[in-house]
Formats: sequence, structure tokens, C-alpha cells
Amino acid sequence: MLEAYLSIFIKAVFIENIAINFFLGMCTFLAISKRIQPAIGLGIAVIVVLGLAVPINNLIFNVFLKEDALFPGSDLHFVGLICYIGIIAALVQILEMFLDKFLPSLYNALGVFLPLITVNCAILGGVLFSIERNLVFTESIVYGLGAGTGWALAIVALAGITERLKYADIPEGLQGLGITFITVGLMCFGFLSFGGISL
Amino acid sequence: MSKAKQVLLNPIFNDNPIALQILGICSALAVTGTLYITLIMCVALTTVVTLSNFFVSLIRNHIPTNIRIIVQISIIATLVMLVDEVLQAYDYESSKTLSVFVGLIVTNCIVMGRAEAFAMKNGPLMSALDGFGNGLGYSIILIIIAVIREFIGAGTFYGFEIMPLTTNGGWYMANNFFLTPASSFFIIGFTIWALRQWKTDQIEEPEFKISKNSLEAERRPG
Repeated sequence: MLEAYLSIFIKAVFIENIAINFFLGMCTFLAISKRIQPAIGLGIAVIVVLGLAVPINNLIFNVFLKEDALFPGSDLHFVGLICYIGIIAALVQILEMFLDKFLPSLYNALGVFLPLITVNCAILGGVLFSIERNLVFTESIVYGLGAGTGWALAIVALAGITERLKYADIPEGLQGLGITFITVGLMCFGFLSFGGISL
Repeated sequence: MSKAKQVLLNPIFNDNPIALQILGICSALAVTGTLYITLIMCVALTTVVTLSNFFVSLIRNHIPTNIRIIVQISIIATLVMLVDEVLQAYDYESSKTLSVFVGLIVTNCIVMGRAEAFAMKNGPLMSALDGFGNGLGYSIILIIIAVIREFIGAGTFYGFEIMPLTTNGGWYMANNFFLTPASSFFIIGFTIWALRQWKTDQIEEPEFKISKNSLEAERRPG
């Protein structure tokens, strides 16, 4: 039993890394990866939000939206998207108020990234993947945390590399965005090698 | 150049959403394996961004500032749901291949970004034009990547065989690297390099200038 959960977690972190293998949350991933400190803050925020949003939306899908879930013959899956995004937005808003009241230090550290997470496709992507793969509630908790950890790991690794890159002599046109893309491409090779692990 | 033409054409090369604004990159990387799928994605995104810009702009004077994000997201999500349903009805196979990426147009930053940056300040027709232009700018980069990936990775162009593969008795050994999504990072990186070499005002200022005094720099100036 534990083994199954562990394998979902490892798979979500390394083999099917949500940033490197599915390219979700790329816009923030590339924009916030210039320094390590904000990258860590954002990574933690993504872990928390994914860890909450995936199981909650999974529950909503299984209780309300799935075929025959509400009453025999009901099928509300087509309003799924608007539900998920609404729940994510509400969740981020509540989390923001909660942190502001009880953990002001973390709230200040996260700053503007918290509201931005609403439109981070890593969150919605994680939710949609967990539903597409028919994960049950407990599995989706593990999947959400694993996907978040994978994303955080990737952005911190990239920030570490980019911080060193500013001392490198890069051709003019490649500076900034261009070289970041190529760095991520090289990181992809590293993560591709996890693909050989079978769980 | 008239304003309308400028709004329409500027995002294609001068202010490209992917190469300069860093918007909507997720799908650019993941759905560019074959040209056919890419074209579907481009049409879907262009439709959504044009219509969402139009509708957001139409009600821009009635949206309270505090809840504008939620209003914009609901408009966008509704449009995406429509596009998703239409795609599932008419081309179920492609809809399966695109999997979650059509749904992810909701959080595609191009749509949100343009609604926030342009549609909230301009009239409906101009906004629709701006949305269409940004859709085109996005499509152009995606099509470039897809053509390169499909040609080198599978020896085909839009599904037609150009270079016969060794597995089919031809001469071309397919480069499997270009079938992995990792290749699109390199292709986008080099596309941006090429674009900035052409439009030099897009070059980013380096944080640190490498000192010219070192021997290394003297040997190769510039």
C-alpha cells in the first residue's frame, strides 16, 4: 500500500516532472528563476497550493461532476474547467488571508507570487492530470504534493544555474531568455534519464 | 502605418508574445510534435484570445477593479470550454492527443495578459484585432518549431513523407531527439537568438559586463 503511494510520489517528482517533462508553469518558471531566494519561496507556495488544490478538485469531480455522480444520468463534466479554476482562485485567496493573519513572515516572503499562482498552469495542469488518470482521493493528495515538489526542485535548480550564468560571456542575442531556454533544454536531458526507472 | 494595422501586425515579430513577452510558453513546448496538432492548437488559441479580448473590452467599463481577474477568468474559461467541446465533437482523436493542453488555454498567460494589458483599456474592435495579432505571433513561433521537429524527427512535413526513413527502406535515419519535447527548448532558444539578431532592439542588457581588460577579451574583441 505504502509502496504504491511512494511510487506515485517518486514518479511525480522525477519521472513525470511537471515543469521539465510537461512544461507546465513555464512562464513563471522562466521569469522568476534569476535568483535562488524568490525561487525557493515560489517553489514552497506551489507545493502548498498543489497539495491542496489537487485533492479538493479531485473530490469535487468525483462527488459532483462525474457521470452518474450526483444522480443517475447526470453528467456535468463540461463545466469542469470553470469549477476548477474558481476553486483554485478561491483557495489562493483563502491561503493568502490565512498566511497574512497567522504566518506573516512566510506571507511577506511569498509576496506577489501567491496571487500569481492562480494563473500558473502547473496548478490547473496538476488538477487536470489527476482527473484524467482517475486517481482516487488519497492518491491525489500524494500526487499533488509530488508534483509540487518536482516543480520546486526544477525551479531551484534552474535558479542556481542562472545565478552562475550572469558571469558568463554569452553572445548578445542569446542573453537572458535565449540562454535560459537552452539551459532548461540541457536540464531536460538530465531529467530524461529518470525515464528509464520503472516503478 | 495606421493604428489598426500596427495593432494587428506588431505582435508578430516586433512584440512577439513568446519570444519577447514570455507569455504562453507551456503549450509552445508540449504540443509541437507534429504540424497538424500544432495547427489545431494555434486555431484554438487564436479564437479564444480574439473573442476573450472582444468580450472583456465590451464590458470593461462595468467591471469593478477588485474582481476583474475573476470576471476575466470566467469569460476565458467559458470560451475555452466551448472550444474544447467543439474539438471533441469534430476531431476526437486530436482532442485526445492534446489531452489537458486545450483546457490549459484558460491559464495560458497570453489570453490573461492581453485581456489585462490591452482589452481593459481599448475598444472592442481594436482589442479583437490585438487578440488576433497576438494569436498569429504565437502561431508563427509554434509553426516554426513544429515544422523543424517533424521534419528532422520523422522526415515528414504535415504527415507527407519528404525523407524516406530507414525503417521503411529509405535512407534517412530519424533523429529521435527531435521527437522528445526537450528539443523544443533548443529550437525556441535559437529562434529567439535569430529574431534578436534581426531586431536588435530586443536584446537584453547583461547584468554584468565582462571586463575588456582580460587577455581573453583582447584576443576576440566584441
